[in-house]
Amino acid sequence: MIRFILARLVKAAVILLAIMIFNFLLIHAAPGDPAAVMAGEAGATDEKFIADLRARFGLDQPFAVQLWTYVKATVQLDLGYSYRQSMPVIDLIWQRLPATILLTMTAFVIALVLGVIAGVLAASKQGTWWDTVISTLALLFYATPLFWVALMASLLFSVVLGWLPGYGYQTIGANYTGIDRVLDIGKHLILPATTLGLFFMAVYMRMTRASMLEMSRLDFVKTARAKGLSNGVIQRRHVLRNALLPVITLAGLQAGQIVGGAVLTETVFAWPGIGRLLFEAINQRDYSVLLGVFFVSAAMVLLFNLITDILYVLVDPRIRLG
Amino acid sequence: MTQKRTFFTATAIALAMSLPAFADTPQSGGTLNLIIQPEPPSLMLGLVQNGPTQMVAGDIYESLLRYDVNLDPQPSLAKEWDVSEDGLTYTFTLHDDVKWHDGEDFTSEDVVFSVDVFLRETHPRLRASLVHVESIEAPDENTVVFTLKQPFGPFLGIFEAGTMPMIPKHIYEGTDFANNEMNNTPIGTGPFKFEEWVRGSYIHLVKNEDYYIEGKPYLDEVYYQVVPDGASRAVAYETGQVDVLPGGSIENFDVPRITAMDNTCVTDQGWEFFGPHSWMWMNNHEGPMTDVNTRKAVMHSLDREFALEALWNNLGKLATGPVSSSTRFYDGDTPSIGYDPELAKQYLADSDYDGETIRLLPLPYGETWQRWAEATRQNLIETGFDVELVATDVAGWNQRVGEWDFDLAFTYLYQYGDPALGVSRTYVESNIAKGSPWNNVAGYVNPEVDALWQQAAVSASDAERQELYSQIQDIIVDDVPVAWLLELGFPTIYRCNVKDLVTTGIGINDGLRDAWIEQ
Repeated sequence: MIRFILARLVKAAVILLAIMIFNFLLIHAAPGDPAAVMAGEAGATDEKFIADLRARFGLDQPFAVQLWTYVKATVQLDLGYSYRQSMPVIDLIWQRLPATILLTMTAFVIALVLGVIAGVLAASKQGTWWDTVISTLALLFYATPLFWVALMASLLFSVVLGWLPGYGYQTIGANYTGIDRVLDIGKHLILPATTLGLFFMAVYMRMTRASMLEMSRLDFVKTARAKGLSNGVIQRRHVLRNALLPVITLAGLQAGQIVGGAVLTETVFAWPGIGRLLFEAINQRDYSVLLGVFFVSAAMVLLFNLITDILYVLVDPRIRLG
Repeated sequence: MTQKRTFFTATAIALAMSLPAFADTPQSGGTLNLIIQPEPPSLMLGLVQNGPTQMVAGDIYESLLRYDVNLDPQPSLAKEWDVSEDGLTYTFTLHDDVKWHDGEDFTSEDVVFSVDVFLRETHPRLRASLVHVESIEAPDENTVVFTLKQPFGPFLGIFEAGTMPMIPKHIYEGTDFANNEMNNTPIGTGPFKFEEWVRGSYIHLVKNEDYYIEGKPYLDEVYYQVVPDGASRAVAYETGQVDVLPGGSIENFDVPRITAMDNTCVTDQGWEFFGPHSWMWMNNHEGPMTDVNTRKAVMHSLDREFALEALWNNLGKLATGPVSSSTRFYDGDTPSIGYDPELAKQYLADSDYDGETIRLLPLPYGETWQRWAEATRQNLIETGFDVELVATDVAGWNQRVGEWDFDLAFTYLYQYGDPALGVSRTYVESNIAKGSPWNNVAGYVNPEVDALWQQAAVSASDAERQELYSQIQDIIVDDVPVAWLLELGFPTIYRCNVKDLVTTGIGINDGLRDAWIEQ
């Protein structure tokens, strides 16, 4: 087992290095650089200003030197410094990470719970109007642009009904503490988390439904029925348990992407998370922040994949080590 | 129907703008919430001078002067100033008892350090004006003397906080300015002190209790809220979470709806110093726009009245040439550049244009600019051009414009109150260089005009300057190196119980010193 984990870790490290280099090349292939953006924002430039900025960002170095400097620093877990924001990149990421984890985890739970319940319901009522309504609703949330749903939710629940705050992470200037602060953040969380959750809910719903229907046709279900078990027991103990395996696999893969954030939802709801940090860094070509977020995100995906692989080995004896 | 709605829209905004400003006695206290968009990269005004930074940091830092809506200088850190008859010596007397936010005394040594050391190193726009300065001296704690090499007409116009912010010498002297750790906790002399910045969420300023003007500022606290999406910024105002939407905060199509709300006032004042002037760059270096007839065909193809009415809610004016009407030495008596489809077709027929595709770059600043580019494309197609829109983001736009990789490209620039500060840079040959989107990008070359610019900048007589700038405007409009569009109007929308929000030509960028909330 230890050898298996070590082998996977080595593989993960190689993949991470490849991702780092690929990201670096990709970002530098895009038109514009941070010096050009900052010079543009200044509304006036001269040769000295541009030269100073390029030197500060290290852009005056040969490309290979820039790449080497980046890789060397990153393998030592030094994610660099954002000269644009005058802060170490790791500090910027740490500032934004809690908000993103809160949002995406809540949305993830909403998506998983609602998706599985809706999928089970649709499968058990296959062909009825229940099935049609659930499938249509799920498809609707999946097919409708996320930002549009977010804006409509904000207009309805915030502007028209006045029930929930339309944007932000907390009531600015209220300085709540303790339980009041928790409740305040919770109130702000409802709209973005639900909007994001409903989008992903469709995926889990369809997966659960399809998997349940597939399991229902297998021989062991017929055997259970022949043994005289009630339909409820068969669905709960035999069909659902087996049907959930692919759903859990999917959930494991998606959990790794949590740190990547939800750019659109965070933007519409002014949620101060990693997704927005990333989006703004792309617009500003803030290379060090971009590469930092990509690195953390890739590392998290690899970590979750590794954990999923290990869990597979533990729970399913058919998967052999090596 | 469209006409009716347009009339209603224009009337609603006009009514809101005509609301009387009650000259009540200011009341102290209260918290003001404003939108800031986009989030500034830094609040250190000596290092970063982009729009959002100026808006927030303009209340933290100050300069020696402010400018009213007529661009006449007003006291700020300098209470008096004197200009010698030969126009070479400018003497400023500073306010007594001014303190930095950390309690240290502000003196004339800080002024000398700020201008001669810090900003000369970091501020490209100011650096261009400082070439005229021979020396900056501090004969005593409260006096600063600028001596010029030759008269420089617009000199008294460069003492605004965004152009010449005062930087604390005791914090920055001898340090690496760009990496000084105090850059994240700015120390100025302004009416508000930096308190907290939760990135991605808000910037919090608090009243400077030791401010040198008795009783000011009136507000206790100011929050600049960061809301990245335009529609959500409108929601923020509609739900009462913010009190002020600075110009450009929301999309233009949302302006009529928001300004129709109760207790909502709107003003287009506060931009006079900047004079935001829009045009399309035309690539005079190579391609179809090298031919003056093609350029004239483009100019007369543009239905700018439509853009003003449909896209800008009639806020702003048609530009008549290179100088904005709010900028000094404007001359509206220039050759006509109006919409005339038939004339445009004639010019096109007389031109070298042979049907090649014209690459048009919209400005990537939101929906209004995108729609404007689409309307312009339609105008040009009707004249007989083949036009494609080239989509870019901000970084891509900067690079393509800076590398002259376009035929037509939307832009707008500030004029800073004087043609020598904000207009000539776009048209003089010496300012042609790849790498910047803010110089003579079009590549316009006219030695006669260059000589006139030079002469007008160093003339000490306003009458002579007017004559020279009128000549310049006539010649440039006839050459049509760029296609002038609009003098942009950016409405500041705010609750009517917020008083004296905009008191100068610099607007909200330094306006919170005077602002108060009627309780």
